[in-house]
Amino acid sequence: MNKLDRRSFFKTTAVLGAGLTGIAASEAKAGPKNILSPERMGVLVDTTACIGCRNCEWACKTAHDLPTAPIESYEDRSVFEKMRRPDETALTVVNRYDNLKKPELPYTVKVQCMHCDHPACVSACIVGAFSKEENGAVVWDTDKCIGCRYCMAACPFQIPAFEYHRAIGPKIMKCDFCSARREEGKMPACAEICPVEALTYGPREELVRIARDRVKRFPDRYVEQIYGEYEVGGTGWMYLAGRDVADLQFPKLGRNPAPGVSESIQHGIFAYFVPPVSLYALLGALMWITKHRTEEEEA
Amino acid sequence: MVHFMKPTPLVQKKFITPGVILLILLAVNGLAFLAGRFLFGIGGVTNLNNQYPWGIWIGVDVAAGVALAAGGFTTAALGHLMHREQYHALVRPALLTAMLGYTFVALGVCIDIGRYYYIWHPLIMWNGNSALFEVGICVMIYMNVLYIEFLPVVTERFIGRVTMKGFLTRFNKPVDKLLRALDRGLSKVMFIFIIAGVVLSTLHQSSLGTLMVIAGPKMHPLWQTPVLPLLFLLSAIAVGFPMVIFESMIAARSFGLKPEMETLSKLGRMIAPILGIYLAFKIGDMFIRETFVYLTTFNTASVLFMIEVFVGVVLPLRMFLSRSVLKSPVMLFIAASLVVFGVLLNRINNFVVAYTPPYSFGSYFPSIGEISVTVGFVSILVLLYRAAVMIFPVISVPDKSLSSKAKYTIRG
Ligand code: SF4
Ligand code: SF4
Ligand code: SF4
Repeated sequence: MNKLDRRSFFKTTAVLGAGLTGIAASEAKAGPKNILSPERMGVLVDTTACIGCRNCEWACKTAHDLPTAPIESYEDRSVFEKMRRPDETALTVVNRYDNLKKPELPYTVKVQCMHCDHPACVSACIVGAFSKEENGAVVWDTDKCIGCRYCMAACPFQIPAFEYHRAIGPKIMKCDFCSARREEGKMPACAEICPVEALTYGPREELVRIARDRVKRFPDRYVEQIYGEYEVGGTGWMYLAGRDVADLQFPKLGRNPAPGVSESIQHGIFAYFVPPVSLYALLGALMWITKHRTEEEEA
Repeated sequence: MVHFMKPTPLVQKKFITPGVILLILLAVNGLAFLAGRFLFGIGGVTNLNNQYPWGIWIGVDVAAGVALAAGGFTTAALGHLMHREQYHALVRPALLTAMLGYTFVALGVCIDIGRYYYIWHPLIMWNGNSALFEVGICVMIYMNVLYIEFLPVVTERFIGRVTMKGFLTRFNKPVDKLLRALDRGLSKVMFIFIIAGVVLSTLHQSSLGTLMVIAGPKMHPLWQTPVLPLLFLLSAIAVGFPMVIFESMIAARSFGLKPEMETLSKLGRMIAPILGIYLAFKIGDMFIRETFVYLTTFNTASVLFMIEVFVGVVLPLRMFLSRSVLKSPVMLFIAASLVVFGVLLNRINNFVVAYTPPYSFGSYFPSIGEISVTVGFVSILVLLYRAAVMIFPVISVPDKSLSSKAKYTIRG
């Protein structure tokens, strides 16, 4: 350090700064696919229509090559005694809740990934393994994932599951909105098999209209809220409910997109690398000044 | 009499002591459980599940590890950026701790991620929106910067002392020349790395705080705040010097050296103001968001929050303000340990205690395996530190042969 002269000091600092700013320009473009197409598809889940047959659970497993018992076994309603969550063996599950108005007709609620419009998982994933597709699906790329499970910590609906007991190649598992089937022109497996009108598959904008219309026409049947219309900035899958959604164990969430705050902090700290580069320059100046001063004192 | 301090390898000391044997046992135990993780997957040895994706391997090994290695950049800033020569003797031990600390942070990440063989993916697959991506990249670069900053210590150790045996003898001269060239080159550009180290540290120390912001309502309101990055940065800066005091005193004790009380208590004087700023922001944030209401209920979160703030910040702050504490080795050590404890607890609180999943089937407590691996890693780190200070000139000891002009001979 002693031999360092002023000129080379500033030159190197300048070159370094320019280099970092160069990175910034390309950095702005990097990142996972996150498309919010106006034609994106969604599903409207009418929990008042669902009969709890759990055929959707079977269809989902079959469509995703997951091991499953024969469809007849799904008639067993004792599984409803415990609340279940989607996990690495079942990407969607149905839970039962009491109907206070008509106890003989309990509500059953199918849960899976909500396919958020502003997904926390897409924003969080360290390698951009998640992406929001044009068709509305939030999908996950197995070739990129490093298994850090940050997506799990980030998701407000606690959806991504992880294969904890696989030593090599553990996967993040969650509903992929039957992306592959839909590319072949088929319906999502659950919506196709559903024997009643519980799952309506269609363009999200249209679904919002249908939902509002149903709520207006049957005010006794539904509560006012369409869960997912505004939650965390809107979700692809939305729910109609006969009682307060909190009673059906939906998390209470605000209207702001889940990644909003963290992304603005992140971009604030890194705004085109200006803050780090200025800090670098500032510290460089400080170092040079104090060094100069100590030298003078010594001389 | 003025002591002329010179970093010297502590070659004459014994490596094996009863304490070292205990550390070796703990290390072996940890490695055994670690083998289980690689054979049976993360679920095989940890209590992690779909409700609790992160446990102490992230909370302690990674988050607390990064914070407690902050002594590296705070002393570098003090010693090199501000040219406060009297602290130079502390720079190298802190640098060594930081270097080993970050190496173990990287190892901690490696064992915690499900696909450890893809650890390099973030280098080529970028997601600028992800706080974790930023932390990962900064930590990776900073670790290399730390290795470079340590290089002069290595060259100093071997210049003029390259004595390879057998047919390698003829390489002794060229290697020595190479080392000298490296040493000269390094001393010219070292300032780049030193400044870069400080910048990178401020970046990732704060981004570690951004990490949990995205978890939103899943995190207990006592800790969830948009100023988390600032709190993380301030607490990292605050723990830097206490960590240096903490480890210098332990090292001095274990090697039977006299702790450098003069320098350490001067360093101690700077801690109170930094802790005070941190405390002000922490309490201020609590009042702005009115989260003190959560303290009226008695549960794990509120109790741990109180311990974190009172035992980990307020008490040591009071201690560092007292002259007699600064003069007494025992009290200084206790005060420094309290800050270290406070920041360790803060990171555990943020990453583990505060995390409350909306759907849970029980709470998370680390398994024997998780604790063993963490303890094992710490043990290995301490053993490596001990070995390193015996091989390389890291710890400064009084040297009578030095003239006053060459009072502090640390480069880089
Ligand atoms: S529900 Fe969770 S996993 Fe699904 S898109 Fe939203 S954030 Fe991602
Ligand atoms: S576990 Fe995989 S998909 Fe999830 S955040 Fe980490 S790298 Fe991305
Ligand atoms: S298939 Fe339809 S009716 Fe049956 S459980 Fe699933 S959503 Fe409900």
